[in-house]
Amino acid sequence: MLRLEKVNKYYRVGAHSLHVLRDVDVNVDDGEFVAIMGASGSGKSTLLNILGILDDYDSGEYWLGDTLIRSLSESRAAAYRNRFIGFVFQSFNLLPFKTALENVALPLYYQGVSRRKRNQIAMQYLERVGLRDWAEHLPSEMSGGQKQRVAIARALIGKPRLILADEPTGALDSETSQQIMDLMSEIHRTGITVLVVTHDAEVAARTQRTIRLRDGKVMGAHEAGHSNPHMAAVT
Amino acid sequence: MSPFLLVGLVVLLGVAAVVIYLTIALARMIGIGVLQWRDLISLDRWQEVFITIGRNKLRTALTTISVAWGIFVLVFLLGLGQGLDNGLRKNFARDATNGVWVMANKTSVAHGGYDVGRRVQFNNADYDATKKVKGIDHITGTHFIGGRGWGSMVTKRGNKANSFSVNAVHADAFNLSAHEIVAGRFLSESDIANKRKSVVIGRPVSQFLFEGANPIGEWIVVHNVPFQVVGVYSDPGGSDEERQMYIPVSTAQLAFNGADKLGSLSFTVGDAGPEEAKLIIDQVVAQLSDHHNFDPTDRQAVRVHNNVEQFERFKKLFWMISAFVLVIGLGTLAAGVVGVSNIMMIAVKERTKEIGVRKALGATPRSIIFMIIQESVFLTGVAGLLGLAGGVGLCGLLAKLDNDFILNPGIDLSTGIAATVFLVVAGALAGYFPARAAARVNPVHTLRDQ
Repeated sequence: MLRLEKVNKYYRVGAHSLHVLRDVDVNVDDGEFVAIMGASGSGKSTLLNILGILDDYDSGEYWLGDTLIRSLSESRAAAYRNRFIGFVFQSFNLLPFKTALENVALPLYYQGVSRRKRNQIAMQYLERVGLRDWAEHLPSEMSGGQKQRVAIARALIGKPRLILADEPTGALDSETSQQIMDLMSEIHRTGITVLVVTHDAEVAARTQRTIRLRDGKVMGAHEAGHSNPHMAAVT
Repeated sequence: MSPFLLVGLVVLLGVAAVVIYLTIALARMIGIGVLQWRDLISLDRWQEVFITIGRNKLRTALTTISVAWGIFVLVFLLGLGQGLDNGLRKNFARDATNGVWVMANKTSVAHGGYDVGRRVQFNNADYDATKKVKGIDHITGTHFIGGRGWGSMVTKRGNKANSFSVNAVHADAFNLSAHEIVAGRFLSESDIANKRKSVVIGRPVSQFLFEGANPIGEWIVVHNVPFQVVGVYSDPGGSDEERQMYIPVSTAQLAFNGADKLGSLSFTVGDAGPEEAKLIIDQVVAQLSDHHNFDPTDRQAVRVHNNVEQFERFKKLFWMISAFVLVIGLGTLAAGVVGVSNIMMIAVKERTKEIGVRKALGATPRSIIFMIIQESVFLTGVAGLLGLAGGVGLCGLLAKLDNDFILNPGIDLSTGIAATVFLVVAGALAGYFPARAAARVNPVHTLRDQ
């Protein structure tokens, strides 16, 4: 599905150069459910940027499917994001002035789908996350869990092959977190590759395996089934 | 450096700067493929813009006010400038623009053995001599009845009597005025030659004495002498110019005991420019000083009113006013456009998150740029039209006021269309730089910020 080979990324801060990712190798198969863990400053968000084609890297290779993602033009990058990747964020990032339905339909707007058609499809996806009755509500009228489900419906509507979730439960209580992770597992079962960036060991425990980052390096992959979540937390 | 040149230079520099800015921005927009015709007619895109505008009412209101104000001031100033111009031209329309008036007065310099303060008196010989000066195409002498300048005379018909200015002139006096004959004719050469008791009266005079009846051929009494009405005139200068009468200079000299005296000489100089006109005037004054023994450099002995020079001065004044108004108006408008650019910039900052989300969901930089520009164009367009309507409306109100200085203020259609086109372009430009900033938003950075 996706493969990172010796990816390096530097940030130039004044005269200095910050080595953020060091020879990162990541291999995620089709249909895998993977967690990426690491302390802040470990390079998690940079890795997410690169995986989400929101940022370029300095050396190495990033293959998404059969495509080498490198030095793409902004428009090509936008097209790949739109077709291949669905994003889920910690703070949901719904547009506050759009209804749940319009929010879900937004990726289809950028695919050039007509308003009527994309609202129809968006309704189906809202139904899948159990929010059909909330279609005409604004995000401000919804609970955190509901907002995240709207965001997930929005991530799914473009039929992506990869879901990138950045701390999807970070702003939710534990019960709601459980529900959202249930939904993630469900998505995973439909054959979509899911990558979750988290610092919550319980969330990581729900995935198949965990990739750990420390100081821009991958610490080694473990089969989630073989690792104790609490042990994982202290590693 | 003359002020005209300076103003012209400033305007030219301003226009050049705008053109350069426009070219660069347009080239960039085309370069990244921002400008595409099908986007403009996409209903979906417009709906997206309307929704965003509708959800940000305060911002929309602020933007609208700033541009509407700019356009309002521009249109109003242009309209006012036009009105002033019209008003001045109308005031000037009283007399021939190539006319020269030479009036006899008192000497202020001793000359040829004569003391200061001697009164100069023109006569018919001066008229004949001046008439021969090359470059003069129409000439009239004016006899001041009873020695006074523009004397009013009691004029009667039956039991109606009133006082009107009476001008005793030659037939060419018509060419020195802006009069139009509404009935009959003006005084003719033969009226002068035969010392006929003919009179040409202004429209209000006719109205007063005849109350709408046909005055041509009727007799009226001017200063106890009967005159026959041969014509009625009107004048664009209004009632001051119309409450007057014209009688043959020869008749007046005879009837009112004026010998061969003339109080002033007036003539037109054809299409002579200011310099040529000055040469002609110098020649006329030289002749007069010869005849009447005064110093030709004595500015008091004869008073010269030169419309050629005056008109030239007025034309420059008009030009100055127009240029001034244009500079101020464009400046105000530029401030408005910069204001929109500013507000759009703030809007982009405020919407960083939204733009980040859109980009994460697959919005291309092009679509982001176009979205911002479209909003900007729409806002400036609507605001501009509001300002345009306001400005035109105020000019309309002003036109209703009866004012000597401002006449029919307003802008013509082409100016209105130009302003509208300018607004749309300005809106696109105002939106472009904020839009480019928006397109550079990095989604993950903005979306992770809590």
